[in-house]
Amino acid sequence: MSGQTIAEKILANHFLSGSDIKPDDIIIAKLDLVMSHIGTGKVVIDFRKIRPSKIRKVFDPNKIVVIFDHYNPAPSERWASVHDLIRNFVKKQGIKNFYDIKEGICHQVLPEKGHVRPGMLIVGGDSHTTTYGAFNAASCGLGNTDLFYSYVKGELWFRVPHTIRFRITGKLPPSVMSKDIIIKIAGDHTAEVATYKSIEFTGDTMENLSIASRMTMSNFALELGAKFAFGVPDQKVVDWVKERTTEPFELVKPDPDAIYEKTYEIDVSDLEPQISCPHTVDNVKPISEVAGTKINQAFLGSCTNGRLEDLEIAAKILEGKRIHNDVRMIVTPASQEIWIKAAKSGVSETLINAGAVITNPSCGACFGALGGMLAPSEKCISSSNRNFQGRMGSAAAEVYLGSPATVAASALKGEITDPRDL
Amino acid sequence: MAALLGGKGSGEYKENLKGKVWVFPDNVDTDVISPSRYLENLQEMLDHTCESVIKEFPSKVQDGDIIVAGRNFGCGSSRETAPAILQEKGIAAIVAESFARIFYRSSVARALPVLEVNEVSKEFQTGDEIQINIPNAEITNLRTGKTLKGKKIHPILLNLLKNGGLEKQLLAELKENK
Ligand code: SF4
Repeated sequence: MSGQTIAEKILANHFLSGSDIKPDDIIIAKLDLVMSHIGTGKVVIDFRKIRPSKIRKVFDPNKIVVIFDHYNPAPSERWASVHDLIRNFVKKQGIKNFYDIKEGICHQVLPEKGHVRPGMLIVGGDSHTTTYGAFNAASCGLGNTDLFYSYVKGELWFRVPHTIRFRITGKLPPSVMSKDIIIKIAGDHTAEVATYKSIEFTGDTMENLSIASRMTMSNFALELGAKFAFGVPDQKVVDWVKERTTEPFELVKPDPDAIYEKTYEIDVSDLEPQISCPHTVDNVKPISEVAGTKINQAFLGSCTNGRLEDLEIAAKILEGKRIHNDVRMIVTPASQEIWIKAAKSGVSETLINAGAVITNPSCGACFGALGGMLAPSEKCISSSNRNFQGRMGSAAAEVYLGSPATVAASALKGEITDPRDL
Repeated sequence: MAALLGGKGSGEYKENLKGKVWVFPDNVDTDVISPSRYLENLQEMLDHTCESVIKEFPSKVQDGDIIVAGRNFGCGSSRETAPAILQEKGIAAIVAESFARIFYRSSVARALPVLEVNEVSKEFQTGDEIQINIPNAEITNLRTGKTLKGKKIHPILLNLLKNGGLEKQLLAELKENK
């Protein structure tokens, strides 16, 4: 037998009827963790269909995490009722890993609270569940019906994916971030380069990136169609996870003779900041081609780029300055932990003094349902992961995606601006 | 609200389907099918689905119609309202050159037949009639007479379609084991 990729190893470890698997097999696998946010509401409704009521039990309350992040605090009576419904369910089912409106975005909070460890197989009722790949976990998103099934059975069918590899090398230039790398990949290889596939990011650039920057890549990889998106399985991951949990774990590394469908080589030594232009993530241009585009709003936040290092780089750019008069800048830390750190270190104050609005940790403006919506003629530069038509409000509005540095530089100038020019 | 959408589902599984075609481009995302600004209200979802790509789709689509699309259909968010709303509108099957992963999963879970057929979008115009044999993954354009073969659905998943989807299968299973 030839060697195995990370995805193959983790799936084989969880396969319920053997361990011999190959790409394209369909297997039933046991789940280590099931995560869901507001979509839990549908699960609760589905649970009522189970009869008799005494068998309405989740497979294991300790392997489920429920978190509110999309509509926090509840913006309408309707969402308040959904929150209420879920809170009651969580209590009744004995789900202790429940995070109410204050904690932040699922993909940030789960790792922070020690729920994510190398080698785990995780599903979540959110597409960007791929983020946990940065911690060497096989994790992917699914819809409500699959979620309901996972809640009850703790197992699910999986198609064993082929694996592709991005070998990223070279030293990132100043003010160029991991977001620019992943946007560049989307532009060069399209939003389908990884459809159904598992990604392994490797190379010295990856090794040198912080965990936060790696999370950005595993997160955005979903926009390339990825099923899983693994960062580098190294000591940085081990140290990070050990700080958050005492549960045992082991890194899963690919075999040297593992078979990759394809390996893409990327040298980032001369990489320019990149922008995903409206309305697809792979409509990518180097910043020099879009610089000067006037913007009305700058959004710094989301599970892609709402971490401390993202706020810090923005603060560095905005320190002692005022953002442009015609721009609204919204900053949404990805979690309470980040929020507190940013408050303590003075980063928040710098951003507020520069004219930014800081909101509570949540998905916030990212998906156009909770504030920070755009009017028809408006343009927004965003650090999030989606610029689909209508994503942040009006279908006639335009969303440009870039790195936190680009968002801050653009807020300052009132137009899309290369952070290297400041 | 999105998360609570039940949906009338695709009804009984049929091996052979025939219906009127709506042709969609590549990369139709979930915000096109189920825009986030309409997630609060089922009627609004039904009234606005896909309108940013095909304006008359929500008002003209009929029970039994079939979507033929390019690559990466259903990319974007994990919201299951996307396949659910198309089912609710009467879409009986989707044939595309490729699907986004979660959309594919959720469609199978909801017993909405999804077939992958290379180059299919070039062979159809909106309004054509299509005939589909699901287990053989065979489709025919009844206007041109051209037949294409797609990727066969894996037996585990075909079974799921036959059983009426994951939820029905699970509830039946629980009943047996109680
Ligand atoms: S921040 Fe945006 S992309 Fe991330 S989970 Fe929330 S809505 Fe989804």
